[in-house]
Amino acid sequence: MRNIGWLRLPLLVTYVFLYVPLVVVVVMSFNGGKQPFSWGGFSTKWYGVLFEDTAVRQGLINTLIVAVGATVIATALGTLLAIGLSRFTRSALLEAYSLTPAIIPDLALAIGLLVLFSAIGMTLGLHSVLLAHVVFGMAFVAAVVTARLGQNDPSLEEASGDLGANALTTFFKITVPTLLPAIVAGALLVFTLSLDEFVIAFFTDGPATPTLPIVIYSMVRFGVTPEINALAALLLLVSFTVVIAAQRITKLTDAV
Amino acid sequence: MASTVTQGRGAIRRRALGARAAFLGPGLLYVTAFMTIPLLLVLSYAFMTRGRFGGVELPVTLENFVRALDPIYLRVLWNSILISSITTLLALLIGYPTAYAITRLPARWRTVALVLVVLPFWTNFLIRTYAWIVLLNSEGPINKTLVNWGLIDSPLELLYTRGAVIVGLLYAYLPLMILPIYASVERLDRSLLEAATNLGASKFRAFIDVTLPLTLPGTMIGAIFVFVPSLGNFIVPELLGGGKTVMIGNLIRDQFLKARDWPFGAVLALIMVLFLAGLFAAQAAVARRINGRSARA
Repeated sequence: MRNIGWLRLPLLVTYVFLYVPLVVVVVMSFNGGKQPFSWGGFSTKWYGVLFEDTAVRQGLINTLIVAVGATVIATALGTLLAIGLSRFTRSALLEAYSLTPAIIPDLALAIGLLVLFSAIGMTLGLHSVLLAHVVFGMAFVAAVVTARLGQNDPSLEEASGDLGANALTTFFKITVPTLLPAIVAGALLVFTLSLDEFVIAFFTDGPATPTLPIVIYSMVRFGVTPEINALAALLLLVSFTVVIAAQRITKLTDAV
Repeated sequence: MASTVTQGRGAIRRRALGARAAFLGPGLLYVTAFMTIPLLLVLSYAFMTRGRFGGVELPVTLENFVRALDPIYLRVLWNSILISSITTLLALLIGYPTAYAITRLPARWRTVALVLVVLPFWTNFLIRTYAWIVLLNSEGPINKTLVNWGLIDSPLELLYTRGAVIVGLLYAYLPLMILPIYASVERLDRSLLEAATNLGASKFRAFIDVTLPLTLPGTMIGAIFVFVPSLGNFIVPELLGGGKTVMIGNLIRDQFLKARDWPFGAVLALIMVLFLAGLFAAQAAVARRINGRSARA
């Protein structure tokens, strides 16, 4: 048994630092009082207020529209791109180029897209946010799927061809199924990133259709309210569930 | 027979080209249309004149670059670099020992420990920043506890300070420091450490002479992962700095969305991106040197 001794201290510091703020917000969300900071007894009434809030509800709908659309398009384009990169070219430059949107500062991409959309005279709205989210989403899918393709056995596809299947059949019967875990992981990644994305949406969205992060931003700017605490607690619950589910899925597929 | 073979080859080559275009084409076109062209547009706007009603006009000018040299803007740039550097240093001081400790945990706890590091990172960025408004507020839990314990008489001004901005950035990006360091410590060839201690080095000596240099590339990646998003951030300075702490991200945002001086905003963005590109190049150069040395050894 390895004794980690004094190394427990940094672990303790890190986890306290990472989780105390979140715990405080969750506890505060059940505060029944009107004052955000003094405890007025346990209550779930702020969750009720939150569910009645039409701005939040509309923001959530807008965000889901963008996230679902961006996930579908980015997953399709990113998967094709990854297969193209590993099967039809050995160019490291093309690969780096395709993955750049994932590492470029979001602010740079955001102003670039704002400039582009205004230069071509496009009105801003959910469609422009969707176009923007596909850019980095595609790069993330391509990265995840490329990593998986590196471990795949190309002889499976060759065998399929030797046995008389045409390219299209091989693609759908062999390539896609073996890549499916990576494609699902990539899609989940895009979906979560898009749900939470603020900076690019802030620059490319129109005023009539704010996404949920933009709604949260305008709420948070006015200070602390019990309603935001309730919203924060719910969002924490959702993302924790998704991350732990994703962890389970990848563990299952790794075992296969 | 021979001719059909050549014909077949030609058809295969044509089909391969077609497949290549079908797989690579859409993605590469998309990246070009929605990343490369936008960035080139921003680059060109840096040399244009501000339009009277937003947007840009001719003539081509270097005026915007001259303006960026104004001490007011240089101070903001310096301030941003300082804040991001302090954040990165703190992340390193907390992150390195944490990552190292995780590698020494029993295997089944390692995954749990890593998931716990990443979990907050997957929650909404604004919510994570908001949590610190709650904590640092003059009526918040930290101040209340300190007053109740009699350590202070009146609440400290914690929120809307430079310190609050640094804590917010540290909170947001600490996981990005821990993960690459963890990966590089985990990959470390332990036989090198055994060799060092067998040859009489103390554990501390072995750590300084073997572990630290060999994990330096991963550590530098972690440092870049923290520094880059910190430098361009405008949410944390606004929400936790209360507008008193202005960083270059705030300045760029304001030029594009408030002042509507796009050419000047483009210049500021260009300065930021060039600075970051320089950092990446430095990291790559150091990583190459270290890899070269360990390959020779």
